[in-house]
Parts: sequence; C-alpha cells; structure tokens
Amino acid sequence: MTARGFLLYAGMALLIVLTGMFQGWNLALTILNMGLISAIMSLGVNLQWGFAGLFNVGVMGFVALGGLAAVLVAQPPVAEGWNAGGLRLLGALALGAAILVGAVQVWKRKIGGRMRALVMLALLIGGFFLFRASLDPAVDAIEAINPSLSGYLGGLGLPIIVAWPVGGLLAAGAAWIIGKAALGLRSDYLAIATLGIAEIVIAVLKNEDWLSRGVKNVVGLPRPVPYEVDLQRDEGFIATAAGYGLDPVTASTLWVKILYSGLFAVVLIVILFLAQRALASPWGRMMRAIRDNEVAASAMGKNVTARHLQVFILGSAVCGIAGAMMTTLDGQLTPGSYQPLRFTFLVWVMVIVGGSGNNYGAVLGGFLIWWLWVMVEPLGLWAMELITSGMDADSWLRGHLTDSAAQMRLMTMGIILLAVLRFSPKGLMPER
Amino acid sequence: MTDFLNAIVALSNFVLVPGAAYGAQLALGALGVTLIYGILRFSNFAHGDTMAFGTMATILVTWGLQSIGISFGFLPTALIALPIGIAITGLLLLGTDRAIYRFYRKQKAAPVVLVIVSIGVMFVMNGLVRFIIGVGDVNFADGARFVINAREFKEMTGLDEGLAIRTTTLITLVTAAIAVALLFWFLNKTRTGKSMRAFSDNEDLALLSGINPERVVAVTWLIVAALATTAGVLYGLDKSFKAFTYFQLLLPIFAAAIVGGLGNPLGAIAGGFVIAFSEVLITYAWKKVLVYLMPENLEPSGLVQLLSTDYKFAVSFAILITVLLFKPTGLFKGQSV
Repeated sequence: MTARGFLLYAGMALLIVLTGMFQGWNLALTILNMGLISAIMSLGVNLQWGFAGLFNVGVMGFVALGGLAAVLVAQPPVAEGWNAGGLRLLGALALGAAILVGAVQVWKRKIGGRMRALVMLALLIGGFFLFRASLDPAVDAIEAINPSLSGYLGGLGLPIIVAWPVGGLLAAGAAWIIGKAALGLRSDYLAIATLGIAEIVIAVLKNEDWLSRGVKNVVGLPRPVPYEVDLQRDEGFIATAAGYGLDPVTASTLWVKILYSGLFAVVLIVILFLAQRALASPWGRMMRAIRDNEVAASAMGKNVTARHLQVFILGSAVCGIAGAMMTTLDGQLTPGSYQPLRFTFLVWVMVIVGGSGNNYGAVLGGFLIWWLWVMVEPLGLWAMELITSGMDADSWLRGHLTDSAAQMRLMTMGIILLAVLRFSPKGLMPER
Repeated sequence: MTDFLNAIVALSNFVLVPGAAYGAQLALGALGVTLIYGILRFSNFAHGDTMAFGTMATILVTWGLQSIGISFGFLPTALIALPIGIAITGLLLLGTDRAIYRFYRKQKAAPVVLVIVSIGVMFVMNGLVRFIIGVGDVNFADGARFVINAREFKEMTGLDEGLAIRTTTLITLVTAAIAVALLFWFLNKTRTGKSMRAFSDNEDLALLSGINPERVVAVTWLIVAALATTAGVLYGLDKSFKAFTYFQLLLPIFAAAIVGGLGNPLGAIAGGFVIAFSEVLITYAWKKVLVYLMPENLEPSGLVQLLSTDYKFAVSFAILITVLLFKPTGLFKGQSV
C-alpha cells in the first residue's frame, strides 16, 4: 500500500472513531460490521470488474443466495415437514434437473436440425408438466404443516459459520449457470442477464415457502456469538464490565458486536490476502492482460471465455459468502428487503469510488460508502432543517422537504458516483 | 358453440386485451432503449427512471390542471398534461447529456463506462423522483373507467363471460400506434430522421457527409424523452404510478429490446409484444378458459397456472436467454453481437 493508501485508511478509521465519540459506540460498531461485509462484497465485484472487466449487476442475487444458505445450514430441520413430503420434493427437484440435463444432451447430439429442436421442445414442455405434477403435491403437503410458525423444511441444524462457505458454493453454482449462458457475448448482455437472475433469485425466495418461508421470513437464526441476555446473567462478565465502568446491558451489546467484528475481520483479511496473491500471480497478470486486450490475449493462446467464467464464479462466490455473513448478523432472512439499488448498485459505487482493480481500494470503498449511506440520512435531515429554518413552521413546503430528506441517500450516491467517474475515474486508490 | 364463444371472450378479457396493452407499453419503452443504443451506443440503465421522471412530471401537471378545473371529458386529464411532461423530461435529458454524457462522448469512452455513468444518472433520477413525489402509490387516472364493462357486454351478447375494455387500455393502444407511426415517419421521411439512421449505421461515414453529431444526439434525447414519458404515463394510467415499479420495468424492457435486436426499432416493437404475451400467457390461470372447452368429466380441478405471477421476470428472462443462446443478434437483425 502506498502512503496515500495509509492516509486514506487512517482517515476512514478516524471517521468511525468520531462517529463512536459523537453518536455512540453502538452505532459506530454497527457501521463497522456492515462495513466489513460491504468490503467483502466490494472485493467480489472488484474481482470481476477490476481484474477481468466483467459487468455483473446481479450482486443482489448472489448475496441473497448466501442468505438462503444461512437458513438451509443453520435452522433446525422440521421433522413433520420432511415426513409430509420432503423426499417427494427432493425427487421432484431431481426429476426437474434430469429433464434439463436431458434437453441439453438432446441439443448436443448431432442429429438433423428440425428433429432435434422438436424433440428438445417436447421434452422440455412435457417435462415441465411432469415436474409440476410431482412437485406441487409435495409443496402443498409441506406448506400445510403449521404455516404460521414453520411450514417449511428447515435446515440441517449445523453451526451457522458453516453457512458462510456454503453460501459461497450456492452463489458459485448460480454463477456457473449464468456464466455458461451469457459469457462470451457482448458485455451489455451479461449485465442484463445478471440483472435478470438476481430478480429471479429474489422471486424464488419470496414465493417458495417450503424453502425459505417466503415473505413470512425466517427469524431467530442461531448465532455464532453469545446472546446478550446470557452475558447479562454471567457473573464474570458483569464484573469485567463493571471494571470498565459500563453497565451490563450496554457492555453486552457492545461485546456481541465486537465479537462479530472480529469474525468478519478474519474473513475479510483471508479473502483480501487471497485476492492480493491472485492479483500478483501469473493468473492475475493473465486476467489483466485479457481485460486490457481480449484479442491479443486470445492470440497468445489464452482461453478468454473459460478464464472469464472462472473469475465470474470466484467473484460471485465471494458475494455469496458476504451474503451469508450478513444474514448471520441480522439473525433473519427477509426476502422482501432485498433491493437492487441497495445490494447491487451500491456495491458498484463502492468499487468505483474505492478504485477498481485495486483490492485495498475496493475495501476502502466498502467502508467509506457504507458509512456515507448510514450518515447521509441524519446529515440530510440536518441540512433540510437548516434550509427550511426561515420558513413558516407549518408551511407545506417545509413539511415536504423534511419528510423527503430520507430520500437524499440515492441522490447523494448518484452524485458521488458521477463525480468520481468524471474527475477521478480511477477512484480513491488507483490500480497503479 | 356458446361454450366456444365464451372461451374466446374469457381469453380476450384476461389475456389478449391486457397483453396487448402491456405489450404496447413495453414496446414504447424498448424503442427508447434501442434508439439510445443505436445512436449513442450504450445500454441506458437510467431508462426506467427516465420513464418514472416523465410520468411524475405529467402527474404534477395533471394535478395543476385538475386544481384549476380543467378535465378532458371521459378521457384522463393526463393526456392533456402529456406534452408538457414530455417537454420537461426532454429538458432534463438534454441537460443530463450536456452535463454528463457529452464529456465521455468527446473522450470516446468505452461503452461500458457509459453504462456505469448511466447507473449514476439512474441513482440521481430515482432520488429526484422519490424526493419530489415520494415512494407511495399514486393513482392519477380520471375520466371514464370503461369503454365497455363486463355487465353491459353480457347483456349485449347474452354470453356468460363478460368482456371489459378499460378506457386506459384503448388509450394505450391508440396512443402507442400514433407514437410509433410518428416515429417511423420521422425516421424514414424527414431529413433529420435520415441523418439519425445514417449516424446509427456508420458514424464515420455520417460525419464525413457533414452530419452534425451533436444535433443528432440532441434530437435522439428529445425523441427518447417523448417515448419514455408516453410509455410511463400509459403504464401509470393502466396500473398506478410507483417509483420502484418503474425501475423494475427495466428488465422486461431490455429483454424486449434485445429479443427484437438492439438498435432495431421494428424489432423493439415486436420484442415488446413477444415479452408481454409470454408473460401473460404463462402466468395466466387457464381454468376459466378450459372450463368451456373441455368435456365436463375432464375439467381441470386446479387453476392450470403454469407459473405464479410473481415469476413474470423469470419469463422475460427465459426468453432473453433463449434468444441470446440461439440468435444473439435478436429476432430482427440488430446492430452487433
């Protein structure tokens, strides 16, 4: 890292410390935790965009898949649900997969044009009805069991930390499918395809109640850290807290957040280390060569599409890990809360502002933009109160302006993005 | 025979008429995307929010007109406000181009940079709309609700099924037809339109022939403002206005433009209808139609819905992927692979 980099990181740390001093350490730690997660997402996008020039606007989908992994791994299994139709459901899913694989195999056969298309179409259409016929009764049976409290299959009941790599795997699987279809075409098409897959992932999470309880949300996920109430009952903890002059309630909330920060920081450092090593390795040089001139790289014998697929999967997996971590931190999966502006495009602002192609820059961007995202609202409200202070207390415009201050976020992010692109297109920490 | 007629009426009522209206709205949106792609050569992610802004401007003018007591008889007042809304949106787009896009055009920046810039513009426009009108649902359709309502139709024909044609549906189809006719007349018959097509086909050759690129770009933005505002207002009249829904329209609109062939206006229209009808056909519960067509003992027990309506994005997406895999330039030949 350069001297400029150290200064920027010191400035970022100062911002968080100042937030802690003026607005409370609870808020500062909340920002730090989401900042760590945002930094990981931003690293994932930087792998794709900064290393390879791939334009992925489906970050939200991969993040949500990570969140789904948290539920599937950590929630206790619902035995009644499994008895009612678990195996039938798995069978139906296997059938669906087999139909798709069969259709692909038919397409790969070298038999004459129209016949092949007809056979594939017949297989797909017939298969779809067969799939629905075997899936629907199983789904109905599972969802009928105690729908207000469970009505789904639950998970494996493993420790939630296991969900983090699993989230990465799920996201990698989705990335493989989408990459197979859309990589190798022009860059805009990949963008649209990823935008679509993200919306579909969210639609599945919202509608397949047997999987994720849909909009009924899964709450009370197990935690990797102790609960506040347990800490408050622990004699040793109360004594230690008193030693620092803190009451047990405050101390316990702070301690839980610090533990999360520690866990997240370990993951971030590992991924950052790996990404740095990858960037400096021959593989990283090859990726950058492909990014800068695809034609020349493929003339040198590099398989451009295969390398793109590789890095696309890796970057998406990192986003999936971050998504699982975020759901762990929230302790709940709420499919309705995934918004593309927040989970896809904001991550893009982080990468561009931080400096695309520079891992340290992407991490910095993650922290800085997240801090701004949280702080713009109080700052906007404060600015609006300043602007409207001369107006009548009950004037229509004053009310409207103060109410709309909450909407300042998006506009601020847009203006920051446009300003960085215009005046410092390489970001705060340029690639070289 | 009556059963057959009933089936056809039910089909028209729930599938054909709404599908045609939705298709026309998508086609207008896709035309805007495809024009920007043809002339400025990037995929404009801000298009959904441009539609939202145009609709918002029109709604504000509509409210102004309503408050001074102007209305349009049985037609919605928004139609009078539409030209003013288009003018406001046109000014915004020209301003955006002057302040933001022109810099990158002069630099000959890569298309993907322009796409990222358009994401920044999307944020700002989205923020602007939320700031001015808020995030809630706004219903601004006034005038008569139906041209024919279901009850009148049943009395008229004596059938069991009613066919309701909403005023907004009819207005959508008529307005879209007029807009498309005007656009094609402009592109094919006027000097400016021809210079636009020349610019889109071969930029260097067009510049050599003395075509002023800035003028072509400015005219493009104005046309896009008109198309986006019209599409947005029609969609808003048909359903209701909500900033977030317009952002979500981006996916079907892009799908329509790509399916038709990016940069090809005729393709954009075809693509819009392809996407709209597939969405409606696949998410429609067919029971109502099948009840009339099947013999009594074979009548379906379920809803016979292929996919739940929440998966309509999946439909546009599946069509998009199929076209990309088998015919990457789109159904009508688009500009590039």
